[in-house]
Amino acid sequence: MISARSCGVVAAKKLMKGTAARMGVMKRVSLVFKAKANKALDKMEDPRETLDYSYQRQLELLTKVRRGVADVATSRKRVELQMNQLQQSSSKLEDQARKALGMGREDLARNALERKSSAQGQLNELQAQYAQLQGEEEKLTVASQRLQSKVDAFRTRKETIKATYTAAEAQTRINEAFSGISEEMGDVGMAIQRAEDKTAQMQARAGAIDELMASGALDDAIGPRRDDIQSELDMMAASSTVESELSRLKGEITSGAPKQLEGGANGNAQGAQAQRASVPATELPAAEPQDGAP
Amino acid sequence: MIVRILGEGQFSVDEAATVELNKLDTQLERAVERNDETAFTAALHGLLDQVRALGSPLPSDTLEPSDLILPSPDSSMDEVRKLLTDDGLIPG
Repeated sequence: MISARSCGVVAAKKLMKGTAARMGVMKRVSLVFKAKANKALDKMEDPRETLDYSYQRQLELLTKVRRGVADVATSRKRVELQMNQLQQSSSKLEDQARKALGMGREDLARNALERKSSAQGQLNELQAQYAQLQGEEEKLTVASQRLQSKVDAFRTRKETIKATYTAAEAQTRINEAFSGISEEMGDVGMAIQRAEDKTAQMQARAGAIDELMASGALDDAIGPRRDDIQSELDMMAASSTVESELSRLKGEITSGAPKQLEGGANGNAQGAQAQRASVPATELPAAEPQDGAP
Repeated sequence: MIVRILGEGQFSVDEAATVELNKLDTQLERAVERNDETAFTAALHGLLDQVRALGSPLPSDTLEPSDLILPSPDSSMDEVRKLLTDDGLIPG
């Protein structure tokens, strides 16, 4: 009994302590906002002066929100551009991998696919960030519209108060209007801060991706200079052309004849040879040793 | 009673809803004390959903200060802690 009772007392004390400290998040946040508004109000000598001063700050904040919307939009467009580049790069690398496989070069295909996967990884991250930026842009746009209507309402209220009440009478009404608008300004101010932070993060990230692209680690396939995978594919394509040319020429020598030359007249060079073959027989001896040379 | 959800706007909520809201608010505060981010997110979203469900949005040209203010849905626990200190997140 005794121990149970003492336990109960401890629990009750804890509970009381808890309730004293526990005012709830909602109430505490609203008190913080109210304290801010009161602090600003206390600084003012003439309450009616408060109205004009506050209105100025509201207009400044409106400008700031609009600029914030534009900044987020710029940042979003930059991310969009990079996403397009990475997408191009990714499909080009896949194409290269397919070609390399077709030529029996699995090593080259693997290299291309590794880069593709890296580009794809960057792309996925950018997509998530793009969505975030879009969200911020929407929120700021809505906040800017809401602030605009509150600022308009405040201006009307301000003029009424100034015209109708003496400085002493006006105090309560000013306090009300001021607290309302100051809460909105605090909210919007936080939204801008948040958007600015996100934009800054995004710009740092976009800069890093630009550098990565410039280094060629991700996507030199889309840069002005040709990447190593492409040049190896080109080389292979070129050497296979050389091989087939060689075997064609070898064939010409073994069966030896202008007749063969006429039959192979499909390329430009071959066309020229075919033409030469059909010129009068007197010019042929000079041309023949050249064509036959290895 | 006027409740503001930061980043979303103000809602007019019937006084009768206070008991339910306070219950959720206590959960939220406990989660912050315990440093339990999962419980925090669940409590915050529960609370915000309740305000949106029970309340009706105030027209945007009202200049009434709110009785209660709630963090925005994507707030982290750290942000809420800062919000609770006087010179924390609120600019000005």
